[in-house]
Amino acid sequence: MTRRRAVLLVRIAVLAGLTATLEICCRTGLIDPLIVIPPSEMVASMIDRVGSGELDESIVNTFSTIALAFVLAIGCGTLVGALVHRSSRLRDVVDPLLASYYSVPTFIFYPLLVALLGLGKAPLVVLGVLSGAPAVMISTLSGLDSVSPVLLKLARVHRLSPARTLWWIVLPAALPRLFSGFKLALSYALIGVIAGEFILSGTGLGFAISFAYQSFDNRAMYGLMLFVLLIAVTANGILYVWEGRLARRRSTG
Amino acid sequence: MSDAAVSEPAHVALSGVVRQYEGPPAVHALGPIDLTIPRGEFFSVVGPSGCGKSTLLDVLCGLARPTSGSVKFEGSELHGEVPDGIGVVFQEDASMPWLSVRQNVAFGLRTSGLPEKEVAERVDHAVSFMGLAQFSDHYPAQLSGGMRQRVCIARTLVLRPRLILLDEPFGALDQQTRLLMGDELLRLWRETGATVLLITHALDEAAMLSDRVGVMSARPGRFIDMVETGWPRDRDSRVVSNPEFGTVTARLWSSLREESLKTMGRAA
Amino acid sequence: MSDFAFEDASSRRTSRGRIRTFDAAVLVLLMLAIWQAIGSWTHGVAVSPPLQTLLYLFDLVRTGMFWQHAAATLAAFLLAFVLSALIGLALGLIFGVRRFAGEVAEPILAGFYTIPKVTLYPVVLLIFGLGMSAKVAFGVMHGLVPMTLFTLGAVRNLPPVLIRTAKVLRLSPGRTMLWVLVPACLPDIVNGLRISFSLSMLGVLIGEMFSSQRGLGFLLVSGMAQHNVPLSTAVVTVIVLIAIAANTLMLRLGKRIAHRSK
Repeated sequence: MTRRRAVLLVRIAVLAGLTATLEICCRTGLIDPLIVIPPSEMVASMIDRVGSGELDESIVNTFSTIALAFVLAIGCGTLVGALVHRSSRLRDVVDPLLASYYSVPTFIFYPLLVALLGLGKAPLVVLGVLSGAPAVMISTLSGLDSVSPVLLKLARVHRLSPARTLWWIVLPAALPRLFSGFKLALSYALIGVIAGEFILSGTGLGFAISFAYQSFDNRAMYGLMLFVLLIAVTANGILYVWEGRLARRRSTG
Repeated sequence: MSDAAVSEPAHVALSGVVRQYEGPPAVHALGPIDLTIPRGEFFSVVGPSGCGKSTLLDVLCGLARPTSGSVKFEGSELHGEVPDGIGVVFQEDASMPWLSVRQNVAFGLRTSGLPEKEVAERVDHAVSFMGLAQFSDHYPAQLSGGMRQRVCIARTLVLRPRLILLDEPFGALDQQTRLLMGDELLRLWRETGATVLLITHALDEAAMLSDRVGVMSARPGRFIDMVETGWPRDRDSRVVSNPEFGTVTARLWSSLREESLKTMGRAA
Repeated sequence: MSDFAFEDASSRRTSRGRIRTFDAAVLVLLMLAIWQAIGSWTHGVAVSPPLQTLLYLFDLVRTGMFWQHAAATLAAFLLAFVLSALIGLALGLIFGVRRFAGEVAEPILAGFYTIPKVTLYPVVLLIFGLGMSAKVAFGVMHGLVPMTLFTLGAVRNLPPVLIRTAKVLRLSPGRTMLWVLVPACLPDIVNGLRISFSLSMLGVLIGEMFSSQRGLGFLLVSGMAQHNVPLSTAVVTVIVLIAIAANTLMLRLGKRIAHRSK
């Protein structure tokens, strides 16, 4: 058995074991059912609520907000990153800013955004963009840095137009690092939006979880939590696998 | 040789070429250079490190404009743009890691407007000519340094260039691979009928492969000697056993030695 | 000629440094101007302008109330940070040295990093109740995993010869960790501490925003609820300044340690 497969199996076993332990502890009453419900119940609750269609509006709301924040974060991040890359003076100023950016808990701006933009999609999208765009900027700068000068010379030798140089040489060369920035942008957008909905909002999956908690409806709450966690893991997982496939071609063997 | 030079216009002609970089500090990197290369010649340039050999290549293909003087290719002057008909193989690995060998080789023909069938033919020919046929679907990361350079050479080959410039293409390879690659280069030269300019720091390589070798001085680089080898056209690496080979190499070194010492003294 | 080259290079550096300071000052002024603009155009309904915030802040730091809340946040945060750091360090070292366990655990940890932990808050509240222990738990939830991942990565990237040397010297596992691993990985560990610092602080603040009656996070939210905009803005400013100061300090510390070990 290859090492990779062994690692995978052990990982699955560990996760399955933990879930099973939790299930048993809950069923036997070792864990207070008022605090945590058994995993099987969580799954059942999730299937019920999602299947019944009552969550459809919340789902559409949350997904669309996340998608919008994600796209805007990538768009702004790559554009601004590319512009900053062209000017070394601008870059000197922006670099320390980016280095410190993520030390500030961006989320504390959320209440101010709500006061500014009202309770709805807008503050959530802005929060998502504020969370994700700098990461994309950082990875854009890094990606553009990584394009080896000889490839740019090659472009000139082949007399490629600036547009073609960008599309055929710069973007493919920078793609690995750009992509890791996109992964972060999705992660931050997702976290920011759900957190915002949870703390201060009237719609969306985050709000639904908070509402279930305030209503002492543990079963609904856990079902929703599981759903959101599965979405997060799947979305990030897809990007992760995609990134791996891109990288494998370019790595030795 | 002089008869041929008179009857045919030079393929490449540099006249009073100087290349300076503004500072601070200002650097006089190259020149003045006067050089004519007749069509179909295999010309090598040797010189101490930092003498401006790579700058010469940049100026020759239009990647850099000379500060003064003129560069003419096939009779017309270069204006800061790379003209059609010139192929360049760089010192660093310029293979594109996201494309397979075939895709890399085909890259140069993307803008050519040629029909797909012809592109495929040319790519196939170049790939097998450079001995890459069994690796055509591999990616550069899976190949050795020497093979990657062959990919770059194949990529230049498909364009059917009339002038091929190579900047220390075999620098990173071991000696035996270099000798074999030298033979490949000669094959390429004969097959394409192109004019070849090879920049190398290896004197034996220059002596073995070329019709003529130019020796450059330390920075700012100028030609201090031109050595004709007189080898027949269908030569290969076995020319090293020719007694003249030692003479050529010795002459190159005697011209070069002092310049190299100057460069080292400066660096120390 | 080489002397001239050196002089030119160093004068280039100082003039570049002067440009950079100038640009930085311009940037700060720009940000203040935007702040002022947003404040005045929205008539202070969401953000109070810089000057007003500053004045309010001067008064605020003289009240006992402010320091009670600040102390509550500080206490929770310090506890969360220390726990994250120590547990994260220990786990990171173990997972780094025990390669197989590390390979099994790393994707799980990395996955945990990307999920919206806010969705797990209700569970924490149910387990810990409303109070400081819940806040500390939130903080640890945020700060633990990055610390572990950074340490794990650092240990994994160590030249194997160091561990072999420790074995040849017959050092116990504890001593190997303390005398060899930790010093060798110190720059990365400091980096991990820096990230963990910010994230534990974030966790504690979010916990306070959602479910607490004390702390700066609570102060921020209650300021919004009471339409006391200067209060909220002042609290945000204080948090931002502390975060940036701490981060800059730790960056410098990290650089100095990195130079020493090279």
